[in-house]
Amino acid sequence: MAAVAELPDPETLARLYRHMLLIRSFEETVYYLFLEGEIPGTLHQYQGQEAVAVGICDMLHLTDWITSTHRPHGHALAKGVSPRAAMAELYGKSTGCCAGKGGSMHLGDPAVGMLPAIAIVGGGNTVVTGLGLAFQLRRTDQVAVCFFGDGASNEGAFHEGMNFAAVRRLPIVFVCENNLYGASTPFHAVSALVDVADRAAAYGIPGHVVDGMDVLAVREAGAAAVAAARAGEGPTLLECKTYRFVGHSRSDARGYRDSDEEAAWKERDPIPRLRAVLVEHAAVGQDEVTVIEREVETAIDDAVAFARASPDADPSEALTDVYA
Amino acid sequence: MSMPDPGLPPARRLTIGEALREAIAEEMRRDESVFLIGEDIGITGGFGGAFGVYLGLPEEFGHDRIVDTPISEKVIAGAAVGAAALGMRPIADMQYSDFLFECMDELVNQAAKLRYMSGGKVSVPLVMRAPVGATNRGAQHGQSPESYFAHVPGLKVVCVSDAYNAKGLLKSAVRDDNPVLFFEHKLLYGSKGREQAGGLDLTAEVPEGEYLVPLGQAVAKRQGGDVTVVATHLALYRTLAAAEELAAEDGIECEVIDPLTLLPLDTETIWASLRKTGRLVIVHEDTLTGGWGAEVAARAAEECLYDLEAPIRRVASFDAPMPSAPSLEDAIVPSVERIKTVIRELRD
Repeated sequence: MAAVAELPDPETLARLYRHMLLIRSFEETVYYLFLEGEIPGTLHQYQGQEAVAVGICDMLHLTDWITSTHRPHGHALAKGVSPRAAMAELYGKSTGCCAGKGGSMHLGDPAVGMLPAIAIVGGGNTVVTGLGLAFQLRRTDQVAVCFFGDGASNEGAFHEGMNFAAVRRLPIVFVCENNLYGASTPFHAVSALVDVADRAAAYGIPGHVVDGMDVLAVREAGAAAVAAARAGEGPTLLECKTYRFVGHSRSDARGYRDSDEEAAWKERDPIPRLRAVLVEHAAVGQDEVTVIEREVETAIDDAVAFARASPDADPSEALTDVYA
Repeated sequence: MSMPDPGLPPARRLTIGEALREAIAEEMRRDESVFLIGEDIGITGGFGGAFGVYLGLPEEFGHDRIVDTPISEKVIAGAAVGAAALGMRPIADMQYSDFLFECMDELVNQAAKLRYMSGGKVSVPLVMRAPVGATNRGAQHGQSPESYFAHVPGLKVVCVSDAYNAKGLLKSAVRDDNPVLFFEHKLLYGSKGREQAGGLDLTAEVPEGEYLVPLGQAVAKRQGGDVTVVATHLALYRTLAAAEELAAEDGIECEVIDPLTLLPLDTETIWASLRKTGRLVIVHEDTLTGGWGAEVAARAAEECLYDLEAPIRRVASFDAPMPSAPSLEDAIVPSVERIKTVIRELRD
């Protein structure tokens, strides 16, 4: 964690904490509601990785865009999808951000600069180049961020997207969330390189390893990469080393990980780490932290109440939106 | 025949390649958001795309709007999807339609579904041009894969076979807010495929300047009261040649319909003809099993069974990979003789 003298301003610190806590609280609530049978389908949850989505998205404008993955709840909330719209989408309600047609794996909303999340591993790595290309052709200073996992780094799409973005100097930041496992398969079993970031050299672009459990480190790395993209200097690959505190999906008992490893990573939980900074920070303090925590709790309760009270997506809508 | 409207500007005889080039240029002049993306399309000193359709365009539009990519088909399609989602109107180029299988995810999982997945908030107005057809290039450069895409809700699928419709349909496809797969036959780009087309002229009268041909509308290319034959691409020309020979030799008059769009399919036009003739034959170069002809046949059976006086027949490439040797390719692809034989059997 950075020294206090280098910390962002108190408002920024409070905002980062609020957003990470919102994601954590959303995910823990959703987990419970899923077990209760209220939420259909499956879930790929984000607990543990909050610092990545929040640290990166804090450096983006509303008019910047992101692509996401099958694990998109954190990205959606960090980019500005409301907890109500996200929760209702998980419930399959007409008030969801995708009118119930997307579901957990396709959260998104163009109004906040997020494509419906792409749940095919590596799918976003080529589509993001089109976002960057549109910005380049229109000569705007917008930036596109592609969130993807360590698993996607072994897809052909990773190579094609990275190479094209590099050679066209597209305004893109590739953010690899290396949570060490592609479903159950450890990354070391499927890559002779330890760091995904090293692959950047193959494309002639910068690549950096970032502590994905430290929101301030992610934000700092994101600031530089986003600024470079905005300035027309081309893409950067950031590899955020992180860990999901839960299984790959709701049916995963995590038999492939040992409890010592899980405990070691939970020691590095980004939320208590930032909370400690806030409490010790003169301009924030315990009282404001408590206020934030109450507000987050209220926002999640409100989102659940909203989702429960919303009407189911109407069967008459099943065949709409197939074509424009 | 699809005759140009008499109110239109003067027409010249153009090949499909020339008509497509004119459509692209007109749309790029009209709308700044239209751009081209593909392999070998704008390289100075290059060949203007695999079949020369883009020749001369970089001189007018520069290289910003003509995006030459690495040999990366997933990126061609993926970039087209992403840019289209932001309101650009990419015309993407696949050198051979066989390469579409390299980017099935981008086309089928992304382009076709983003609108639906977003609850209607995102549109993907892209065009993907792709040449089909067997031309002695063998199994991986000779397929006609349009049926795969005609199966996908969210996509539109166009098959053009003459210059007039090629220009008007491409312009409509660019302006359509949905992803459009635009299939062209390699032997129909210029006039050199004339021999394979039964000696028929492959140029057509094309008006200079603005006109649109709507997607989803079939055209009758030949009138006749005995048998309805639905055919696309080179198979259309072979069907037309077969129809002339059958009229002369047997007195059988075929009504030949070019569907032009496979998805959505203009069944109204086809059924109207079928109700007149009572006989239906579908001819395509795509392989038989699961080909789009099967869908036409199934729907005809569902909707027009009592109008039929004979079994529905299909003439398609036999179910095998496309061979390279001319003698083998000729044995696979629908020929004028095979089309005639099937139609005669229906009449008997």
